[in-house]
Amino acid sequence: MYSRTYKTLVAVPPLLWVGIFLLLPYALMFAHSFWLLRDGFLVHRWNLQNYQALFTNPLYLHVFLRTARIAASVTFCSLLLGYPLAYYLSFHAGPRRELLYQFVIIPLWVSYLVRGYAWKTILGSDGVLNGFLQYLHITREPVSFFLYSPFAVILMLTHIYTPFVFLPIYAALEHIPRPLIEASQDLGANRRDTFLRVILPLSIPGLLAGATFAFVLSLGDFLAPLLVGGPSATMIANIVQSLFGAAYDWPLGAAISVGILLVTITLLFATERLEKRWSFK
Amino acid sequence: MSVAGASSPDNAGNSSAPLLEIRDIAKSFGRAEVLKNISLQIARGEFLTLLGESGSGKTTLLRLIAGFEQPTSGQIWMGGERLDALPPHRRRVNTVFQNYALFPHLSVRENVAYGLRVKSTPKNEIATRVDDALGMVKMTDFAEARPATLSGGQQQRIALARALINRPELLLLDEPLSALDANLRKQMQSELKLLQREIGIAFLFVTHDQDEAMALSDRIALLRNGALEQVASPREIYSHPTTVYAAQFIGQTNLLRGEVRGDCATCGAIRICPVNGPDGPATFSLRPEAIKGILDATIGTPYMTFKATVRQQTYAGATELLEVDCAGQLLRVRVPAGEPLDGEHEFIFSPRDAVRIRD
Repeated sequence: MYSRTYKTLVAVPPLLWVGIFLLLPYALMFAHSFWLLRDGFLVHRWNLQNYQALFTNPLYLHVFLRTARIAASVTFCSLLLGYPLAYYLSFHAGPRRELLYQFVIIPLWVSYLVRGYAWKTILGSDGVLNGFLQYLHITREPVSFFLYSPFAVILMLTHIYTPFVFLPIYAALEHIPRPLIEASQDLGANRRDTFLRVILPLSIPGLLAGATFAFVLSLGDFLAPLLVGGPSATMIANIVQSLFGAAYDWPLGAAISVGILLVTITLLFATERLEKRWSFK
Repeated sequence: MSVAGASSPDNAGNSSAPLLEIRDIAKSFGRAEVLKNISLQIARGEFLTLLGESGSGKTTLLRLIAGFEQPTSGQIWMGGERLDALPPHRRRVNTVFQNYALFPHLSVRENVAYGLRVKSTPKNEIATRVDDALGMVKMTDFAEARPATLSGGQQQRIALARALINRPELLLLDEPLSALDANLRKQMQSELKLLQREIGIAFLFVTHDQDEAMALSDRIALLRNGALEQVASPREIYSHPTTVYAAQFIGQTNLLRGEVRGDCATCGAIRICPVNGPDGPATFSLRPEAIKGILDATIGTPYMTFKATVRQQTYAGATELLEVDCAGQLLRVRVPAGEPLDGEHEFIFSPRDAVRIRD
């Protein structure tokens, strides 16, 4: 048995951490969302005006839907890349597995900003991609829609979040006992049936975890649209950022943040339920 | 019982062509030679056991037949068809895996139906065949359960039903009883034997447990370091082991080492007459129960006698195991349980029971 003092000592630092850096900011944000901005000054009067604005001003809903679309595209593309990659590494990579695994992981150590600027360099008007296309005489003029478009945002976020999608799927695939796959073949199932009936269902928890990562992280991203997105790809976090910054409308920014937070929590809750439903001893 | 044992007692009337034929199979993993030129035949309806220690290659041989490994050389034939060229899902054999390998995300019913589903069997046929298979292993009441909620013995039955529903001609069983506790194991052994007789499918059974092999098999193929040591019926392999390894692996025995000259062998103070075979150094296996005390001897002629001193006596219910010293040579003798023995006694055995074996 551990003594009371020991238990207290162990419990206090994390509780303090959570209290100061998580609960307190959230409480402040929550409070702000019910306050008002009048003539450029914060008025501490409880009201629901900010939330009304969320639903009455079409801009916010429009940007939020665009954000959700971009996040969904990123999730879809990351799954499309991450799942086959994880499948190959887990089942067919053989001795190359360790090396390939490192290749997938290494980009995670590179700063997000560096990767953002790299995409800027690749996609820009005098960028690598345009230079290459002109060199091959496929295009005569620089193609301008590569950069500063939702496409660029999706591309960059897919690049960044594919390892996050890959990792839980890979872990799930590695956890599938290999005799199950042999049993499936033994009972007459070909590769396709074995994948659809055994491997895919047993990897669903990892797939859900990866998809949740990609979607939730993309939903809150503001750097990718800032760096490569342009006005046509403004996302909801950019709006929050400008409301807290240049516009100095903290209450409205907080209300939007609370909205995003609710959406995110609902999503996390739903996927956790689903993951439980699909996990087996 | 025939020595070659190509046919078991049950299928003596069937066609003489073997169901499965393993021809000169060798398998290496890298530099490790796991199987060395194995040739073996399995008859229809036969219960054949691959017996051997861990690392003897028995599981590898099973996996070669199932198709999970490719032989380095050699061929496997089944019903006039090269089996080793087919992928696992096209082979008409099914496997009961060591830890059952039941699909955790499927119910018992769905597990059993799996093989029929992937072959697009009509729904109503699947339903009746699953019900039959579950009835056969007495698991009808558990059809909707998940495998994780079942006991080891129950999972074992489901694994059997799942493999047998495909009506294979040959069922491969990879140490299927090793995860069960002793009592359940005995019970499953007799059920397995009964089931095999009932459905008449050939079983290829892998185990490291010699008692299990003796109790279940029509024939035992004893493997040692990737080579076949002896293939024979349990009775044959016990009463006429061909090698020291076979004699010692299956049951207890006394090894008598000595010299054959003419009709007789001399092994220390013990003489064996008559013996067959060429002159020279020889090893004989003499089972402890083949030696009897001179008083209860019911051995016909000819018989051999020797005098020995009882060193130790171990009581084992119906019998007792004596350790006796015959002029420096230690022998084990199994006698009916009786009074404690000590001192010097005269023992007797038939020369027919002293089996000349190879080292």
